[in-house]
Amino acid sequence: MADEVVLLDFWPSMFGMRVRIALAEKGIKYQYKEEDLRHKSELLLKMNPVHKQIPLLIHNGKPVCESLIIVQYIDEVWNHKSPLLPSDPYQRAHARFWADFVDRKVYGVGRKLWATKGEEQEAAKKEFLEIYKTLESELGEKPYFGGETFGFVDLSFVTFYSWFYVYENFGKFSMEAEFPQIVAWVKRCMQKESIANTLPDQKKIYEFVLELKKIFGLE
Amino acid sequence: MAEEVLLFGVWASPYSRRVELALKLKGVDYKYIEEDLTNKSPLLLKYNPIHKKIPVLVHNGKPIVESQVIQYIDEIWQGYPILPKDPYERAIARFWAKFIDDKCLPGAFKAYLGEEKEREKAVEETWEALKILEEELKEKRFFGGESIGMVDIVANAIAFWLGVFEEASGVKLLTREKFPKLTNWSHEFVSSIVVKECLPPREKLIAYFRNRFGGANASK
Repeated sequence: MADEVVLLDFWPSMFGMRVRIALAEKGIKYQYKEEDLRHKSELLLKMNPVHKQIPLLIHNGKPVCESLIIVQYIDEVWNHKSPLLPSDPYQRAHARFWADFVDRKVYGVGRKLWATKGEEQEAAKKEFLEIYKTLESELGEKPYFGGETFGFVDLSFVTFYSWFYVYENFGKFSMEAEFPQIVAWVKRCMQKESIANTLPDQKKIYEFVLELKKIFGLE
Repeated sequence: MAEEVLLFGVWASPYSRRVELALKLKGVDYKYIEEDLTNKSPLLLKYNPIHKKIPVLVHNGKPIVESQVIQYIDEIWQGYPILPKDPYERAIARFWAKFIDDKCLPGAFKAYLGEEKEREKAVEETWEALKILEEELKEKRFFGGESIGMVDIVANAIAFWLGVFEEASGVKLLTREKFPKLTNWSHEFVSSIVVKECLPPREKLIAYFRNRFGGANASK
C-alpha cells in the first residue's frame, strides 16, 4: 500500500518550514494543504483538536503534531536516508537540547521585535542579540550545528532565515554585522536544495508581516 | 571503565524525581547530589551553563539536562521500555509529555505559588488542560498502557504534588468529581513500588509548601 502523507501548513510559518525541509530531505511525496489560520479547516480542527495548530502531518490517516515531534517521527519512520538526528544517544540529547532552546527562545523574541514599539521593542532587541550570541557561540567553528553535516538543530533554526529581513528592519541592525558566523552558516545551508526550495523569500515574509500588523492594529 | 552516573537534583522537585524514577525503572545505579538552589554549586553551573537548573544527569562526565534526560536514559539503558517502540506511539508520547510540561504544570504551579490576582485564571487554565488530559487517559491504567511510561513519569507532579499543594493550602484542584480518571490514575501511580521510592516524604513536603504558601492555612 502506498503511503499517504498530508501536511497542513501555513506558508510563512518557520515551524511548518521545518517539516517541509524534512520531507524534502527524505524524498517523501506528500500533499500540501495551505491553512487560513483565521478560518481553520474542519480537517485541522478534527485532527489537532488540542492545539488546533499547524504544522500537522497526517500519515495514513493518523495525525502527528508539533514540528519537532513531527520531524523526529519522519526521521524514525523514513530511516533509509538522510538521517536528521545523530545516531549516538548523547549527541541526540545534545541536539534535542539546542532544538528545544530554539523553540523556547528564538520565536518569542523575534515576534516581540516586530510586534512591539518603544521600550518593549528595545528590551526585545537586547534579548534577541543575547540569544543569537548564545547560538553563535554554540555553532563555534563548526560548519553546522550538527558538526560536519546538517542536522536536527540546523533544521530547527535555519527556517528563521526567511524572517531575518523582518528582524533587521524592525530591530534596525544587520544580521551580517552582528552575527557573521550565523550568516555564513545560513548561506552554507542554503546550498542544499531542500532548504533553498522551501524557504520563502525574505521580502515576501516582510510584506506578510506588514499586512499582519495592519490587521492586528500593531502599527 | 566503571560507569559513573550522577544526578543533581532537589528533594522537593518533581522534575528531579522524574529522573530518579526513570533510572530506578532501568535499574541503574547512580549517585545523587542535593543542590541548594539559593546557592548553586560550581559543578551545576558548569554542567548546565545555559539554564543553570536541575535536574542534571552526568553520565561518565557528560551532562544531559532538561526534558532530554528521560529519552536519553531510555536510549542508553536497555530493559524496561520507557518510550514505546513504534514511531507513531512515540510521537504520541512525546506530544503528551510536552502538553503536560507546557500546559498543565505551569498553570498548576501558578495556581498555588503565583501572584494572588493571577491565581483564579491559573486555576481555570489548569482545569481546562487537565480535562484534556483526563480524556486522553480513557480507560487505560496508565498513560503508557499496562505499565508506567514516559507520560506517566512526566505527570508525576499531577499524581503527587497537586495533592500535597491541596493539603498545604486547602485549595483543591484535582477533584474526583471533575477528574475521576486522573484521580484513579494518581492512586495507581503513587502506589507503584518503584514510584514510592522516588517520591519525597509526604509530610515533609506538605510542611515545606505550607511554609512557601505563607502559612495562611497552617493549622499545626
